[in-house]
Amino acid sequence: MKDKGKIIAGVAIFAALVSFPFWYNTGTAKPAPELILAPEAKAAVTCILPKDQMAKEHMQLLDGWRNSVVREGQRVYVAEDGKKYDMSLSNTCLECHTNKADFCDKCHDYAAVNPYCWDCHVNPKEK
Amino acid sequence: MNVNIVLSLVAVVVLGALAFLGGSAPALQGVFGILIPYIAFVMFLGGFIWRIMKWAKSPVPFRIPTTCGQQKSLSWIKHDKIENPTTGIGVVIRMALEILTFRSLFRNTKAKIIGDRISYELELWLWLFALVFHYSFLAVLVRHMRFFLEPVPVCITFLEAVDGFFQIGLPIVLMSGVLLFAAVAFLFLRRIATPTLRYASLAADYFPLFLIMTIAGTGMYMRYFLRVDVVAVKELTMGLATLHPSIPANIDPFLFVHLFLVCVLFVYFPFSKLMHAGGIFFSPTRNMANNSRIKRHINPWNPDLPFVTYEKYENAFREKMIEAGIPVEKES
Ligand code: HEM
Repeated sequence: MKDKGKIIAGVAIFAALVSFPFWYNTGTAKPAPELILAPEAKAAVTCILPKDQMAKEHMQLLDGWRNSVVREGQRVYVAEDGKKYDMSLSNTCLECHTNKADFCDKCHDYAAVNPYCWDCHVNPKEK
Repeated sequence: MNVNIVLSLVAVVVLGALAFLGGSAPALQGVFGILIPYIAFVMFLGGFIWRIMKWAKSPVPFRIPTTCGQQKSLSWIKHDKIENPTTGIGVVIRMALEILTFRSLFRNTKAKIIGDRISYELELWLWLFALVFHYSFLAVLVRHMRFFLEPVPVCITFLEAVDGFFQIGLPIVLMSGVLLFAAVAFLFLRRIATPTLRYASLAADYFPLFLIMTIAGTGMYMRYFLRVDVVAVKELTMGLATLHPSIPANIDPFLFVHLFLVCVLFVYFPFSKLMHAGGIFFSPTRNMANNSRIKRHINPWNPDLPFVTYEKYENAFREKMIEAGIPVEKES
C-alpha cells in the first residue's frame, strides 16, 4: 500500500462525516419542546377542529384560508358545530394562542420548519 | 415477467410490510426504531471501511494509462493535462470532474445500425438522470440532518429554503424529493425499455432501485399525505443521535417502513454495487498519473535476483555448453 496515508486520511474523513450527528450533539439529551397553551386558549376550551386534526392539518387549513380570502373574498369559516370564525391568522388564531413563541415557534424551530406565513403576517402582540 | 424484477420487488414489499407490522406492535417498536438503526449504522460504517481496506491491499504496481487525451510527449504536440495527467494536481482535477460531474458517463454512446453501417451516437440521458439522481439524493440526505442535529445549523435550513423555492402547497413541496423519485423511476424504466440492457440487468440492479424508490415514495407520502408528527419523529431521531434512545408516543407506524428500508439500504450498501461510492477513488484508470515515460515503476514483488552478466554465465556453464555443442565466446 503505497498510498496508505491518503487512504487512511480519506477513511477518517468519511467516518467523521458519517458520525457527525453523534459528536455535533455531544451526547446530551435534547428533549422535544412541550406545547404550552395560553390562558386564553384554555378558557376557550375548543379549537376550530379537534386537537389531533389541528396538529396534523393546521398548515393545510391555513393554506386553504389564504386562498379563500385572497382569491374568493370569502372569509367566514364554519366549524363543525356551526360556529363561525373569521379566517384570520393574526386576529383569530393568535387571539387565543397569544403565546406565539411558546405555542408556534418552539416546535417549528425544533423541527426546522420555517413557515413563510410570518413573512407578511404579524404577531399582534409583538407589533 | 422477468424473475429479477419480480424478486427484487417482492423483497422490497415484504421488507416494507414487515416493518409496518413491527412498527404497529408497541413491543417491537424498540427493535425497529432503536436496535435495527444502530445495527445498520455500525454495519454501514464498518462494512464500508472493511471494503475500502480490502481494496487498498490490492497491489497496483503499474500505471494504467487508459485515457482519452494526448499524453505528454514532444514539446510541439499539445499535451492534454487533465485527460492524461502526469502530475498529482492533474489527477486531482480529473478525479474531481469524474466524481462531481460524472465525466465518463458523459462519453456514453449508443450503437445503432443505420442502413448497412454501424453508427455511434452520444447518449446523454443516462448521464443527465444519474446526475439528477445523485444530487437530489445528496440534498435529501443533507436536509434530513434536521432530524439529527439540534440546534439545526443554518446551512441546512437554507438548503431546505432553496429546495422549496417555488413555495408550492403546504407543507411546501421540496423539489429534491420529487426529482429523486422521478430520476430513480427513469433509471428503472431505462433498464426495462432497452432489450440489451434488460438482458444484462440482475436482481442486484433492480433491488436498490426499488428500495430507493420506495424510500422516496414513503417519505413523500408521510410528508404530503399522512403528515406524520415531525416533532415526535425528531424526538426519536435525537434520542438515537444523542445515545439516549427512546420511543416517543405518537409515532406513526408508517415511519418505521421508511426508517427500516433506509436501514436495509445502509446495511446493503457496503456489500453491493452501491460501493462504487467508495470504489471510484480506487479506479486505476482515473487515479494514477500517466508518468510511465518519466518515472520507472518497478514491480514491488519481483524476486530480488543478483544481476548476472553473460560472461559470468558462460564461465559457470562453459563445459556443459561445449559438451552440448552450444557455441561459446571463450574456449576456456
Ligand atoms: C437514505 C436515506 C433517506 C432518504 C433517501 C429519504 C427520503 C425521503 C424523502 C424523499 C422524503 C420526502 C420529503 C423530502 O423530500 O424531504 C422523506 C421524508 C421523511 N423522512 Fe426520509 N429519507 C431517508 C432517511 C430517513 C431517516 C433515517 C429518517 C428518520 C427516521 C427519515 C424520516 C423522514 C420523515 C419523518 C419524513 C417526513 C418529513 C416531513 O413530514 O416533512 N428519513 N424522506
